[in-house]
Amino acid sequence: MFEYAPAPESRDLVDIRPSYGLFVNGEWVDSLGDERDKTINPASEEVLAEFSLASEADVDRAVSAARKAYESVWGRLPGSERAKYLFRIARIIQERARELAVLESLDNGKPIRESRDVDLPLVAAHFFYYAGWADKLGYAGLGADPRPLGVAAQVIPWNFPLLMLAWKIAPALACGNTVVLKPAETTPLTALAFADICRQADLPPGVVNIVTGAGATGQALVDHPDVNKVAFTGSTEVGRMIARSVAGSRKKLTLELGGKAANIVFDDAALDQAVEGIVNGIFFNQGHVCCAGSRLLVQESIETELLDALKRRLSTLRLGDPLDKNTDIGAINSAAQLAKIKSLSEAGEQEGAERWSPSCPIPDKGFWFPPTLFTGVAQSHRIAREEIFGPVLSVLTFRTPAEAVEKANNSPYGLSAGVWTEKGSRILWMADKLRAGVVWANTFNRFDPTSPFGGYKESGYGREGGRHGLEAYLDV
Amino acid sequence: MTEPSRLTVRKTYKLYIGGAFPRSESGRSYVVTSSKGDFLANASRASRKDARDAVTAARKAFPGWSGATAYNRGQILYRVAEMLEGRRAQFVAELVDADGVSARRAGELADATVDRLVWYAGWSDKIGAIQGAANPVAGPYFNLSTSEPTGVVAVVAPQEGPLLGLISVIAPVIVTGNTCVVVASERAPLPSITLAEVLATSDLPGGVVNLLTGKVAELAPWLSSHMDVNAVDLTGCPDELAVSCEQDAAENLKRVLRPPGKTDWQAQPTLDRMTKFLETKTIWHPIGI
Repeated sequence: MFEYAPAPESRDLVDIRPSYGLFVNGEWVDSLGDERDKTINPASEEVLAEFSLASEADVDRAVSAARKAYESVWGRLPGSERAKYLFRIARIIQERARELAVLESLDNGKPIRESRDVDLPLVAAHFFYYAGWADKLGYAGLGADPRPLGVAAQVIPWNFPLLMLAWKIAPALACGNTVVLKPAETTPLTALAFADICRQADLPPGVVNIVTGAGATGQALVDHPDVNKVAFTGSTEVGRMIARSVAGSRKKLTLELGGKAANIVFDDAALDQAVEGIVNGIFFNQGHVCCAGSRLLVQESIETELLDALKRRLSTLRLGDPLDKNTDIGAINSAAQLAKIKSLSEAGEQEGAERWSPSCPIPDKGFWFPPTLFTGVAQSHRIAREEIFGPVLSVLTFRTPAEAVEKANNSPYGLSAGVWTEKGSRILWMADKLRAGVVWANTFNRFDPTSPFGGYKESGYGREGGRHGLEAYLDV
Repeated sequence: MTEPSRLTVRKTYKLYIGGAFPRSESGRSYVVTSSKGDFLANASRASRKDARDAVTAARKAFPGWSGATAYNRGQILYRVAEMLEGRRAQFVAELVDADGVSARRAGELADATVDRLVWYAGWSDKIGAIQGAANPVAGPYFNLSTSEPTGVVAVVAPQEGPLLGLISVIAPVIVTGNTCVVVASERAPLPSITLAEVLATSDLPGGVVNLLTGKVAELAPWLSSHMDVNAVDLTGCPDELAVSCEQDAAENLKRVLRPPGKTDWQAQPTLDRMTKFLETKTIWHPIGI
């Protein structure tokens, strides 16, 4: 393996305040409660900033601000004017992209290569895309003059903090809704930076409100009687709770939840490309990806060859400082997530699967987990059934296409799947049979604002992205 | 002395599960009366076990029905309309009994039912063109979104509109390739079983539509909490029951349809009842040489 000199991105680009309030009605306000928490850099455990755990009263205040903004300004604004605000936001994000990428890597632990080259470009593109829809909603096939819903309550996860914010806020605003958004408690900083972007764009007060906090804040938000729409991205477990608590309320609900994607490699696949796709599928963003290809299904005849190539490739991955431009694998987002990954990996060993990791120096401070492979995995093993949400790949084998489909679909989840083969008709046959919302053929983990994303079965309902993404925010 | 008038042969109303007409395994039945209160028949009172059998039948039928060509599904739905038209007189008589409407009104309802089926039949090979998309992603990728059926749908049919309402909730579910378990109107279940006889003779594969008669309050909770049901249509549930069914449905994230207020079954439907039970699948493939 080559030695690389460190190439860290400068931290000077970001200006983190020691303490943050809530962003309500276009202003920074102190929480009405006194609960606070700290967000840390998972790569060093250094405290980055303090933030409020918003109380029920805070949530109520934010929802009132959003309601008022909806009724007095945003809900009445012509689509063409809403569009221009969103274009403005997209431009400011592009202008501040490097700063936001560094901030994201600091708070989340993901490599700067990813926050800079994947997250931020997609964030800006998402706002650009939905900006263009704002004055064209009558052409979306959802009625001649589709109406917004009102106030949207949005709760997002920590794996792609700013990107998930974009996926939620851009379509909501384009359709004429106002929002109250709660970022995850381990990654609030880019959402708080986004509040500042709203001010730079002169977005009318109350159109976007950001309340920080943990589960209790999220619950107060989705349960608030004056919200018309609930959008959640996160675990299936929490999604279930939200679906249950929203039941009967008539709030429109979309859920983007967990996954356990099969990445299926046939014996005729272009092997080197497949190896890259497998690596991207499960080690992108430390495997903190709901659509990660966490189950590798490899055709029996090429198992040895593929695993040898995969292990060789894993040995070249560089784990370490997220701000270093050479880094492939960053830090695990939190101590709690690291404990979960460790515990499921131990279960994998206990249940009889064989564990392998490349030799990989682990930094002294922070939360880290080496890229890990399990072979000899049975479908009944916990590591084949449960979402690990970490850099852990479970390898299973199959002989026939029918067996591959059977195993791939043998999951309560149905978010994504991958197929690797050079045979076109087989790709289409597989794509047809796989019960998953996104099928990547000879590629993996591609995202685009024009392309609908979302799950089957217990991976949730509703789509984000594309024309389909509008439906979640319109009264249709 | 006059000749004794001929005694009519009455029909036994049973359930419709997996293409067969079994009685409830529980052996239970309940009395169905006309709108005037006269005895009409003893209908089967389906049990939890019947509901589970019906889900099994619907699941078994799903791969074949969802895998059939859209053209084929459209033809079969049109065939159902043909069979229904042929039995028009029988449905008119049953609607007069069940709803206490005039024969003329019953005729209009039967006609509207046939027309509704024809309307939905035509959607089978068109809904994909409306719902799908070729997405212009920013990169060298072929990117296509298509719609697919959600799976097994449990349908609580409306209490009012035992024929037009019933077909208006079944047709949009099955035309796209879903299979279903339907709880018929509790008050007026008899037209649903006659409809099952139509379905059974229309080339519709057994198990695509399964019909249960009985108590909604007893059956809806089992179906809403059944882990192999993918979606529920709670149209025929009273409000309080609908809320608890919606809560139960959260357990495996079922898609839930609960239309606000009373639906006017005479009105031209929108796409909602089809799109609620469709999933969007997006396929990516690199473009290159």
